[in-house]
Amino acid sequence: MTGDRLSALQVELEILRYNPETDTEPRFQRYSVPCKNEWCILDALNYLKDHLDPTLAFRWSCHMQVCGSCGMMINGEPKLACKAFVRDYTGVIRVEPLAHFPIERDLVSVADDFMDKLKRVKPYLIPAKKRSIEEGEYRQTPAQLTRYRKYSMCINCMLCYAACPEYGLTKSKFIGPAAITLAHRYNQDSRDDGRDERQEEIATNEGVWECTFVGACSDVCPKHVDPASALQQVKIASTVDWYLEHFMSWVKK
Amino acid sequence: METIKTDVAIIGAGGAGLRAAIALAEADPKLRIALISKVYPMRSHTCAAEGGAAGVVKPDDSFEQHFHDTVGGGDWLCDQDAVEYFIHEAPKELMQLEHWGCPWNREVDGSVAVRPFGGMKIQRTWFAADKSGFHILHTLFQTSLQFPNIQRFDEYFATDLLVDDGRCQGLTAIEIRSGQMRHFQAGAVIIAGGGASRMFPFNTNGAIKTGDGMAMAYRAGAPLKDMEFVQYHPTGLPNTGTLLTEACRGEGGVLLNKDGYRFLQDYGMGPETPLGKPELKTMELGPRDRVSQSIWHEIQKGRSVKTAWGDCVWLDMRHLGEKKINERLPFVRDISISYLGVDPVTDMVPIRPVVHYMMGGIHTDIKAATPLPGLFAAGECACVSINGANRLGSNSLVEILVFGHKAAHSALEYVRSAGPGNEAALAAQAEAAQAKLRALFLRNTGKESIAGLRKEMTDTMEEGAGIYRTQEGLEKTCNKIAELRRRYGDVALHDKTNVYNTDLLSALELGSMLDCAEAVAVGARERKESRGAHQRLDFSARDDSKYLKHSMAYYNGLEPPRIDYRDVVITTSPPGVRDYSGAKK
Repeated sequence: MTGDRLSALQVELEILRYNPETDTEPRFQRYSVPCKNEWCILDALNYLKDHLDPTLAFRWSCHMQVCGSCGMMINGEPKLACKAFVRDYTGVIRVEPLAHFPIERDLVSVADDFMDKLKRVKPYLIPAKKRSIEEGEYRQTPAQLTRYRKYSMCINCMLCYAACPEYGLTKSKFIGPAAITLAHRYNQDSRDDGRDERQEEIATNEGVWECTFVGACSDVCPKHVDPASALQQVKIASTVDWYLEHFMSWVKK
Repeated sequence: METIKTDVAIIGAGGAGLRAAIALAEADPKLRIALISKVYPMRSHTCAAEGGAAGVVKPDDSFEQHFHDTVGGGDWLCDQDAVEYFIHEAPKELMQLEHWGCPWNREVDGSVAVRPFGGMKIQRTWFAADKSGFHILHTLFQTSLQFPNIQRFDEYFATDLLVDDGRCQGLTAIEIRSGQMRHFQAGAVIIAGGGASRMFPFNTNGAIKTGDGMAMAYRAGAPLKDMEFVQYHPTGLPNTGTLLTEACRGEGGVLLNKDGYRFLQDYGMGPETPLGKPELKTMELGPRDRVSQSIWHEIQKGRSVKTAWGDCVWLDMRHLGEKKINERLPFVRDISISYLGVDPVTDMVPIRPVVHYMMGGIHTDIKAATPLPGLFAAGECACVSINGANRLGSNSLVEILVFGHKAAHSALEYVRSAGPGNEAALAAQAEAAQAKLRALFLRNTGKESIAGLRKEMTDTMEEGAGIYRTQEGLEKTCNKIAELRRRYGDVALHDKTNVYNTDLLSALELGSMLDCAEAVAVGARERKESRGAHQRLDFSARDDSKYLKHSMAYYNGLEPPRIDYRDVVITTSPPGVRDYSGAKK
């Protein structure tokens, strides 16, 4: 368990650099970083920043796959730098900021669009009737919890946006996997009655109908949230809504 | 410099900051609230808390028991009036989170489920699998999005508090994406900036936990209280320090030395309990300070497991079985496999104690007010003294809620009575803070490297101010930190770009950590007794006659802090013996 994990290896990193104050366009810079076999890419970047080049900019915090800060493209795939291990790569490893987002600097992407979209889908409980603290908890059985729990695991790392071809093609008009999944998480919650309000945002052309079910979002999700399945469930529910509205308008949704 | 006028400015958007912001927004929809954080709220370290949050809710539990567990767990250094307020508010706050959508685990009948935790006599820890902090943080963040009067300033790095006329009236902060300084003029400021455990080399904390909020308040004149009490969590992964939640033991995991012996029974936490049937408040469910200290002793006795990352003991969860581990501890399994290559379903996991939490922090009263008028604090950065000398697991996630909420109400009350400030004087202070930063940014010389100073700091903290301490070791560490603080004046910055300059931010974070580290080391040197997480090999007993007191560290420029003491508030529980001997009595 110990020996090979600590053996040293020299890792070649090719890192996208972009300084908006001096560069007209991004460029790549090559670094040779002494790593241990057990290291993740984030460890290599931290070594690099401490010992080789303090000017490299990237985001990170928890180093345990839960804060969602260190999403980046590693050899063209969206990954958490704390969940991609140097031992799993051979040759030069190319590190870039997340695809489909503007670059703020080096490996730091501009997250404004994502933050706006999260807010748009009203990702909070909208109960039919507010409860007072004295009334105690809403009863929710383990089975009811299971209906939405998976969709509540999203760490907002934005990897699914970097993987989603539609988000790229629509120049980020598409609300996108994580935000729609979050809306779905609240829609599926037995305590919630806000689906109609959320549908106005997500059952639109910029919403779920922009999705062509490529499934890349679920492939890259580091938390197995499976946004693709959430989006398909939203599509089915929206279709049912549409039929009810147009052919059976007397039936309450 | 752009001036942003606001009623209440909150520094830090983790659990405490978000809870405060929501409470303010609910109390007054017209109030202007500035929520300022160096990271996006979801990145805050609250997300890393795993186990759960304690609140009395089950019929077999009582406030009295939660009170006694907390006060005894804290080795009687807790202020008991604060603990009483805390335990009564705890279930209300957890219920509020339930109403906001937090996915708490449930019983079959749909009520909230609770789990056992270390040092607690009754099962009272509410949990969301082993991602409780993550769900609390996201529930709060998502809930906050419905309030238009919470104005967020994400990725703004607060640098200085502005104090005029003897009261705190705002702050300066760097907008990280532009590198520009902003002046926040505020009726009141709440600091919710988290802990400072990154001052140690081996810790469970995220990179952002550098004590900026503590240091800012300290430099502005608010004292830091009980800083010498640093919690070691017993079960960290030996290479990365990643936390394996106490729930591992709550669910029935056991600690073994190299001979497969459950050694905790040798340290006043026995007799041994049956495998897979954990009993509350004994053996593996002893408090964190005692369990971590026992591991240290096993290492001294040569009964540890040798690994490439140092001496460890085993955490054995194999008997829990795959189903239970997947259901209750899925994240623990994930991270053990990915960082250590060990699957707890089939293998024992080597672990070692790891710095986890600062019991000390900015001194506040029971209303979350600091002695500096207009300045409030809540969460790990604060010390309202519910944790005393050793925090019980699952109290901190509740503390951020109870005192985040309280800080909001206290700040609101204050703002409504405070008169207008002197705008010219505040602007001048903000200009001065900007000029100081500019000088650091532009400096072309500098012999010291950030990484170099940081390494010397973390090394000396571990060596002298670690799990066991001595006068000699502490003196060395105090001298070393004093030296490092002087050398910090000559730190070199290589990055001259305004946009997202992490070189500059790292330098500021290092400055914060050095200030906090000195308060820890000097406080520890002066406390000549052993209590809770502060253990002295040269003064091995608790000394209530001299040290049933909070230490108060006052900032003193480049000189070491002035240490003063303050009485502990005792209401109903006189200092007694901490008993974790289970069935023995």
